[in-house]
Order: sequence, then structure tokens, then C-alpha cells
Amino acid sequence: MKRRAFLAAGGAVAASLALPARAAYPDKPVRLIIPFPPGGESDIGARLQQGVFKKLTGQDLIIESRPGAGGALAWSQLNTFPGDGYTVMGTNLPHLVLQPLEGNVQYKTDDIVNVHFYHYTPDAIVVRAESPFKSAQELFKAAREQGEKISFAGSSLNSANHVAHTRLNRMMGAKSTYVPFKGTGDLVASVLGGHVSAAMSYTTLALAQKGKMRLLAVATDKRLAAFPDVPTFKELGEDWIDGAYRGCGVPKSAPEAIRKSVSDIFSAINRDPEFRQRMIDGGFELIDVTYDKMPAFIAERTKAYLASAKLMGLAK
Amino acid sequence: MELLNNLGLGFSVALAGTNILYCFIGVLLGTLIGVLPGIGPVATIAMLLPTTFVLPPVSALIMLAGIYYGAQYGGSTTAILVNLPGEVSSVVTCLDGYQMARQGKAGKALGVAALGSFFAGSVSTLLIAAFAPPLAEVALKFGPADYFSLMVLGLIAAVVLAHGSLIKAIAMIILGLLIGLVGTDVNSGVARFNFGLPELIDGIGIGPIAMGIFGFGEIIRNLEHTEKREIFTKNVSGLLPNWSDIKQCIPPVLRGTALGSFLGILPGGGAVLGAFSAYTLEKKIAKDPSRFGKGAIEGVAAPESANNAAAQTSFIPLLTLGIPSNPVMALMIGAMIIHGIQPGPQIMTAKPDLFWGMVASMWVGNLMLVILNLPLIGMWVKLLSLPYRLLYPAILIFCCIGVYSISNAWMDVLLAAACGFMGYVFYKLDCEPSPLLLGFVLGPMMEENLRRALLLSRGDPGVFMTRPISATLLVLALLLLILVMAPAIRKKREEAFVEED
Repeated sequence: MKRRAFLAAGGAVAASLALPARAAYPDKPVRLIIPFPPGGESDIGARLQQGVFKKLTGQDLIIESRPGAGGALAWSQLNTFPGDGYTVMGTNLPHLVLQPLEGNVQYKTDDIVNVHFYHYTPDAIVVRAESPFKSAQELFKAAREQGEKISFAGSSLNSANHVAHTRLNRMMGAKSTYVPFKGTGDLVASVLGGHVSAAMSYTTLALAQKGKMRLLAVATDKRLAAFPDVPTFKELGEDWIDGAYRGCGVPKSAPEAIRKSVSDIFSAINRDPEFRQRMIDGGFELIDVTYDKMPAFIAERTKAYLASAKLMGLAK
Repeated sequence: MELLNNLGLGFSVALAGTNILYCFIGVLLGTLIGVLPGIGPVATIAMLLPTTFVLPPVSALIMLAGIYYGAQYGGSTTAILVNLPGEVSSVVTCLDGYQMARQGKAGKALGVAALGSFFAGSVSTLLIAAFAPPLAEVALKFGPADYFSLMVLGLIAAVVLAHGSLIKAIAMIILGLLIGLVGTDVNSGVARFNFGLPELIDGIGIGPIAMGIFGFGEIIRNLEHTEKREIFTKNVSGLLPNWSDIKQCIPPVLRGTALGSFLGILPGGGAVLGAFSAYTLEKKIAKDPSRFGKGAIEGVAAPESANNAAAQTSFIPLLTLGIPSNPVMALMIGAMIIHGIQPGPQIMTAKPDLFWGMVASMWVGNLMLVILNLPLIGMWVKLLSLPYRLLYPAILIFCCIGVYSISNAWMDVLLAAACGFMGYVFYKLDCEPSPLLLGFVLGPMMEENLRRALLLSRGDPGVFMTRPISATLLVLALLLLILVMAPAIRKKREEAFVEED
């Protein structure tokens, strides 16, 4: 046993020593595991990255879908993969913080080595075109007066939408109802049919349903180019820049050099002008949280999510 | 006329050289994966998505749509020949289609399925072209309470599916509901009956259940009857349906098309309900309902038409509202975004060539499917004369690959194996498994909508009676229940009288 452990350790040292010399990472196709079903935002983002990845590195990026348990199934397996940089996994916030709090999943937030966060879909309040609520203020007022009767559809429980709704209730000083759906696609019909008062969703929904739905407020720093008339939450008096963040991670066993290389590649993809345009058209807000900035970013986000989680009754 | 102009534009797009080629590739691939048990359109479209990047968006979407409805055609082939439903909607086709095949009438069943599907496909394509926006509005009228009542109606209809014991049918539905409970509850986030296994947090997929209970169960069952199998494979006559068969099928096809077209526009469960309710309707209005489940040709014609009509009309919520009504449609939305097209209500006005091109290509694709499938029937039937030791292991392998490919999970393969054993036990106990499957599919949706309706009404159950759609559906469910129970009650009373004598 000892001998084998020693040999394995020796092998690991040899491998990590060999790495700097192998500057040509990647020299074979890289697998990107997406923990969500094909067709969702994570999948779409990855497929748009695919072409640029090939252009920049000369290697293929192979997208593999491993959906399950809102991503938790794949994340609990991440550290079982080899840390050679040829297995990369999509990672999402607030999922990585909230799921371990719920206690149903078999990974901890710290188990996941995030190397880059590349974009987010901002939180947004959306109503249908026929809705009596023409502005965020009108909706807030109704929520304060009618309380539980005002309902917000959102995707899943203990999710980004749920966190956002909790925060919204606190901001409005109201007790509106959160109505969870299985996904954003599922709630569209209920919003369009007027079965719920509004949706706590993302800007992507407002963009897709332009003309049939109205955007009331967005959680971005500045107003969106596509919706110049829609105020940000900041303008409404709450310092709120948030949404569903997407990035990627590698197994814990991956050496620092590999972590940095992966981070650099995805950072470079984000700078590709054609790619940028496509992402912005699709409603994604591009960010560039590289590996060196990761600890500060995660700490800052975790703090924000824990505050909401307390209100939701998830954390003590 | 605007409609003619639009259709003209559509056909000019659909019939353009490259588009017609990609349409053909799509339906051919679709038929192929539909015939191969287990390998579904979701996995195929996801795999082929990257290869469509180089195509113009219209061609790419025409091809992907072709895969989807092509798979519906192909799926009925395996359902009829080897009792393997490729999708939930072809489960009903197994009931009578497989019995017809066992009686040597596989060709007739396949022929009727293809012709019925073509007719339904043509009608529903026209429906999309003429009435897509108003039909989409109808779908929006359905709120959570109305969906709940629709599911109640569906579950009561499921009782009618079974031939034989009423008690057994109800027991199977309840078992299906129970299996459907496994996994995370959408409304409370609690994981139920997952035994701590992360693989079960999302519940059990329909793939392992359908393939296990029907396919694997059938294979185990066949192992014990050597003689029967031989009769089944040698006695293949009357390859195509004759005129009297077709005449017999016209009314069921019309009714199936109407039901399927309507239910298909409802996002979530519509397509499944279409096939099931078409079968139920036929059985209820038949002069001799006892023929059903024993190879009644209407039992193939009606659900197959409904199934195909629903597959087409499920494009209505996608194209007019940007609502994905099933996983394939969700993937189509992804494909559109990747091709730089924002799916949603504006697509009809912003991209008329895409919208009408796709609609027209559906009709073209359906025509290709009939032309492709009718001559192939002879070949498919011959496949049955392959020796058991070659055919069934091959089916098993394809099933395993297919089940695995749904979400790249080995757990699903194990589940399918367990379900196979369960299917064999059901056969031994003489329990018809299709009500179980319907309970399994409808149960979770019913619960979700019940809880959502009550959440929105602040706990007032009155919503189910005050909303007109919901109330109507509940009354229909009650009527159907009386209709189902009446013969049983009458029989009991007769028995009681006999005893008195």
C-alpha cells in the first residue's frame, strides 16, 4: 500500500513537473460537461463558445450534457475526473452556494474549483403586455396593498429566481407569492395567459418575448441597450446587480498552471468581437472573472446569497 | 389571399434545392432513430446540432424538425413489430398494433399507421398555416386549475385502456402515480423516495420505464414461449392494407386527427393525451369494444393519427409564443438562438421565410415519409423473420444504448432492467401496463398543477369549479367515470339477481 501510494505521489510530481514544458495545452479535444439539459442557457452559451474555442486553440471543445438534480449530479462527480485540463465542467451561481445549504447534495461549495466566470443573465421583472402594471412602482404598490394575491412565477425552488424574489419582497416591503415552475420555458404560458401577476426571471425572457411581455426592472449596473426605457433596480433604490452566473471549473486535482490556462482561454473567448455580439443579442451580460480574481468574487457572491438564504429559511 | 401567399412563400422555401435535401436527410434520420428502439429525437438532435452550424438557419431547422416528426413515424414501426414504444405517445399503438403483428397482420398495421399519420400530418400542417395564432391563444387560456382537471380526465380515460379487470387497471394507475412521486417536489424542493441516491433526485425517466416494462418485459416473456414465436414470425401475409381496411379506418383517423390536433397545442402532456384519448374514444364508441387490445385496426389508426397530428401542432406554441411544449421543442429553441434567431412571438413577422418555410416543409416531409415508409414495410416485416437469437439481443443492445443516451446515465440502464423484470411480473399477473405509464406521466403534472392552482387561489379549492374550462373538464371526467362504471355495476346487479333466483 505504502509503496503504491509513494509511486502514485511520484507520478503526480512527475506529471506536474512535466506540465510547464507542455506549453501547448490543449493538444487534444477538451470535454466541457454541462450539468443541464441541452437547449438551456448553459448549453446555448457553451455552444456559442465552441466555435471560438476551436478558432483560438485549434482543438475541438466537445460538449457533453449530464443533467440531473439542478446540476448537483454532475458537480458531485467533478472531482472524480482527471485534473489534466481535458475535462472542464460548467459551473453556476447561486446554485453552487444554495444547493449545499439545502443539504440534499453530495458536494460542498468549496469542493468546486471555479476557474472563470464568463457571463450572467440579469434578474428581471417581467409582466405580460396586457398587464395593468405599466411600471415597477405600480407593481410594487399593488404588492404592498394586496400582499399574497400578487404572484411571481419563477424557475424552481431555492434557485436564482427564488433568491431574487425573496430580495424583491424585502425591497418592496410586501408579502407577494412565489410560484415555482420546472423551468423558465414552463412559466411562459402562465405569464402570457395572465395566470400569474408577473415573473421573476431573467432579461433573456423579456428579449425572447419582446412585444408580448413587458420588462419592468433589470438587475444590471446600467440600463440595457435593448431596453433603454427600463430602469435598473439601482435607480429604484436597491443596490442590486445579480442574476444567474455561468462559468467553468476543473477537478481539484488540476495543477495551478492548468487552472490558469483554462481561465485564459475562456477569457480570450469572451473578447472575440463576433462572439460578444451574439451573446449580447441573446441577452447575456458578459463579465470576466479570471482565476486570480475568483476567491474574492466567490466570497462576495456567497455573502450576498447567504443573506437571502436566511430570509428564505435555508440557512441559520 | 394572404394564406395562399404565405403558403406560396413557404413552399418556395421548402422546395428550394438544398432545403428539400435537408428535409429528406432529416426525415430519413428520424425514421431510422425512431425504428431503433430507445434512441430518441432529443439525443439525436443534440448530437447533430453542431453539424448544422455551417448550414443556413432555415435548412438547419427544417432538418431538425424532420428528425422529430420522422421519429414519430419510425417509432410506431417498433411499437407494432416488437412491442417497443419509442415514446410515450406510441405506447397505445403497442396495444393493438403488436397484437395485429402477432396475428400476421403487421403489414396492415404499419400501412394504416403510415397513411393515418400522413393524413393527420397534412391536416395539422394546414391548421398551423391557417390558425396558428388563434390556436395559441386557446392554449394560453389553460391555467393551472384547468390543467389539473384535464389530467383528472386523462387518468379516468386511462381506466378504459385496459381490457379485463377494472380493479387491476385502477391498481396499475395508482402504481404509476406512486412511481411518478419519486424525485424532487417542485413546490417544496423536498426529494422524495430517492433513497439518498442523487441519480433519483430528478425522478425516474420515462425512457427506462417504457422500454423496460414493454420492451424488456416482452423479451423475457418470449423466452418462455418457443412455439408461439415461430407462428408469429412465419405467418406474414397481406403486406398492405386493402380498401376495406382503409374504409374501416377513415372515421377513426378523422377523430384521431381532431383530438390530436387540439391536445397537441397544449404545452406539457398534450401530445401524450392525444394518442391516449383517441384510443379511449374509439374503444368507447365501438360496437364491439372487446376487439380492442386483440388487434383492432381502429386501435392503431386512431392513436397513430392523433400522435402525428399532436407532434405537428406542438410547433404552434413554439413558433407563435416561443413556448417549448416538450424537450425536443426546448432543443429547437436552443438551435434557433445558436443560429442567431430569437424564438418567440415576433418570429412570424420578423422571419416569415423561416416560419412559412418550416410549415411547408412539414407537409413535404410528411409526404416523403409516406413514400419512404410504404415500400419499407415489406423490409420491416421481413426483419421479424430474423431468428430470435439475433433479433432480440440486437434490440436489447439498442435499448441499452438508447436509455443511456437520454442523459448519459448508467443508472437509467439499471432502472430499465429492473422495470423489465417488473413488466414480466405484470404479464404473469395479467395486468395491462399502459394505465401505469399514463399514471406515471400524468401524475406529476397533475400534482404540480394542483399545488400551483391552490397556491394561486390561496388555498381555495373552489377554483376548480369556478373556472369554466376546469369545471367543464371535471364534468366530462364524471360522465366518463359513470360510463366506465355502468357496465361493471350492471353486471354486479345481474349477478345479484342470479343469486336471488
